[in-house]
Amino acid sequence: MELLTTMFMGGVNELLEYLSAHVITCLVPAFFIAGAMAVLVTKGAVIKYFGAQAKRSVAYLVASVSGMLLAVCSCTVLPLFAGIYSLGAGLGPAVTFLYSGPAINILAIALTGSAIGWHMGIARGVGAVLFSLVIGIIMSVIFHKDEQARLGEIEIIPEESLEKPGAFLVTFFGVMVAILIISTSNLQPWIKIALDISLINSIALMVYHYFREGEFQSWMQETWSLVKLVVPTLIAGVFIVGVVTSILPPEWIAGYVGDNSLTANIAASLVGALFYFSTLTEVPIVRGLMNLGMNPGPALALLLAGPAVSIPNLLVINRIMGFKKTAVYFVLVVIMATLTGWIYGILAA
Amino acid sequence: MNIEVLGTGCAKCKQLEKDIYNALAELDVAADVSKVEDIKKIMSYKVMITPALVINGKVKLSGKLPKKDELHKYINEEKD
Repeated sequence: MELLTTMFMGGVNELLEYLSAHVITCLVPAFFIAGAMAVLVTKGAVIKYFGAQAKRSVAYLVASVSGMLLAVCSCTVLPLFAGIYSLGAGLGPAVTFLYSGPAINILAIALTGSAIGWHMGIARGVGAVLFSLVIGIIMSVIFHKDEQARLGEIEIIPEESLEKPGAFLVTFFGVMVAILIISTSNLQPWIKIALDISLINSIALMVYHYFREGEFQSWMQETWSLVKLVVPTLIAGVFIVGVVTSILPPEWIAGYVGDNSLTANIAASLVGALFYFSTLTEVPIVRGLMNLGMNPGPALALLLAGPAVSIPNLLVINRIMGFKKTAVYFVLVVIMATLTGWIYGILAA
Repeated sequence: MNIEVLGTGCAKCKQLEKDIYNALAELDVAADVSKVEDIKKIMSYKVMITPALVINGKVKLSGKLPKKDELHKYINEEKD
């Protein structure tokens, strides 16, 4: 009975930690930003850089950062990956997108930053972008001989809603990111509130003057559907992590991943690569493990290998690019995540 | 009329399927509706962003949920 109480309280405490101000104030603006991106950033505009005719170097660069705009869950990442691979710029950029996409979306970075720490959030974003490029290029070098037969060119369906001017998008998203940063900062509460209110007013003005009919509603709908998609599993994940970590002996974690050794990093990468983490639940898991003494190095390795690869996701990838390429991809992800984690562990110490 | 919903199983893909049944009922149009979940088959339509809507083999929409009147327009275009 006592054990059950400890476990239950562990879950509740972990949940309360997440409901604390700094996580909420960071996640709420992040949801609105992600929702606005889905509505305002026309995907066709991004996808044209992935076409078969696109310059290879441009395709790689766009693939490494576009996850920030496009990908919130693996159900968007996989079709885009398959499309880049078989209709567009080919294996290298496709793999680059596949790897960086899940790690650098705004929700993942905001949650990692606010729940674990901004060093980790930034390391995760930068690490994912750099190593996605390396993995993509290595894959295309290894398999340069069997460039597969194309199914055709990407078809971009012209969207009816005209694109907004670039300057508007930059200002609009800039103001929203400013709200996110101010809300999470250490400023005096009254300064935060004053700044946020004035920024929210300017958002309202921009919406009033520049949004077409229905766009505001679509934005709210998109934001709400993201909340519905992410929050339930996140809350369940946080609670379960709290329950499990309340009974796990810390020595046990410390014994495997307590230091920044290569074996600890390999273990963390392998665990991350094999298990399936539902959108964003990798963050509470890593945080729970770090509270029990996991070293930052293996923690980053787990974050890097986690969302990019899992057994269900490997099965789909296998269906698209075949067993050999999938196996090489898996091995590369484990090696890269291990190395990045290890280097970060050294820098963090 | 043959309607296909392309999607790997995300929430919006399921929503699109529901919306289509509703629209067909409202317009009183009969159609074969099927869901395409196989990623290779989705690619064969040259679609990269799901959900996508294919009517009589033509891709009408990709990457977003249509509003009700848009959906009615797509169905009416292919009806006869």
